[in-house]
Amino acid sequence: METRWSPAAIMRTMLPILVVLTGIELASGFVLDTFEGTLLRYPSLLVLVPVTIGMAGNLGSILAARLSTVVHLGLLSFDPDDEYLLGNAVATVGLALTLFPLVGAGAWVCQTLVSGSRLGVGTVVLVAFGSGAVLAVLAVVVTLVTTYAAYRFGLDPDDVVIPVVTNVCDVLGVVVLFLVVRLVV
Amino acid sequence: MTVREVAAEAYREALPVLAVSAVGGLFAGVVLGGMDAELEAVPGLLMLVPALLATRGNVYGSLGARLASALHQGLIEPTLNLDDERLRGAVAAALANGVLVSCFAAVLAFVVLAVLGRRVAPVTTLFGIAAIAGLISGLLLTAAVVGVVFLGYRRGYNPDTLAGPVVTTTGDVVGVATLLLATRIVLAAGGL
Repeated sequence: METRWSPAAIMRTMLPILVVLTGIELASGFVLDTFEGTLLRYPSLLVLVPVTIGMAGNLGSILAARLSTVVHLGLLSFDPDDEYLLGNAVATVGLALTLFPLVGAGAWVCQTLVSGSRLGVGTVVLVAFGSGAVLAVLAVVVTLVTTYAAYRFGLDPDDVVIPVVTNVCDVLGVVVLFLVVRLVV
Repeated sequence: MTVREVAAEAYREALPVLAVSAVGGLFAGVVLGGMDAELEAVPGLLMLVPALLATRGNVYGSLGARLASALHQGLIEPTLNLDDERLRGAVAAALANGVLVSCFAAVLAFVVLAVLGRRVAPVTTLFGIAAIAGLISGLLLTAAVVGVVFLGYRRGYNPDTLAGPVVTTTGDVVGVATLLLATRIVLAAGGL
């Protein structure tokens, strides 16, 4: 068996990255811990936590993967009027605006069926929609900055951008949810 | 292509994947929403949730990508052969990484909360929950990833495009469900 398939070799490559990413994720866990009281009082908001984190990370990673491919093909110019940049950014915001209200309504329906919801459907949808709109814009900014940095430093965007963007968007997902809950609830 | 065409294509391609993973995320959320008693009983557990969910995605997503590349290169056969040293090595490394990083997250979360003087359960409780959840979710996700990647490859699908969505959708649900199970086990054992 060649070395790159031995468990020790795989662990040596991956563990340092995993430890750093875990540190980043614990920062978002810390934010959750800070507003645990609100989340436990309104479990509909607790239902939103994994899906908000997941959607934020997915929006960022899909955008990052698409831009990486365009970079590899040599088609991306990083001009503000580049059609690939603008088109993908518009699609990211559009996807968030389509899916987050549905996610909010879904969370409310699930929680109401399981054990009853103390918050109205409008409030939960508003929290999801507000978080989604802000997160889409942040995901675009984080992805563009990271992709541009990787491009300038000559790094392969596939290796660097996707893990960074996914984990940073995870943290932003919780922070934005926290801020929107503060404003709305 | 115009901006409108690029946007329309990106939207159409991403919508189904995102919708499926949103449903998976909602299921995970429902389990988390029903865990309020456990979250109250084990202060600090909620802080672990994002780290544990991300670890599932990072570790088993990488296992899926590794197996997919190996299938493309002809390094492994798409049959469940536990004598295959490469398959055994990749699975063993993923399980060890998953459990170790989960335990690391538990200890670090405990230290941060204890230093800041916040309410936190004993480190042994958090450590035990993270270890048990890491092991059970690891076994389930390994089965899911190996099964889907091998079966998909045999049926002629590109395993690269299968591994990612499978891990993101099952990872959250399996992650939260095993966290609940592990918490109940540890609480039933007297909180360690």
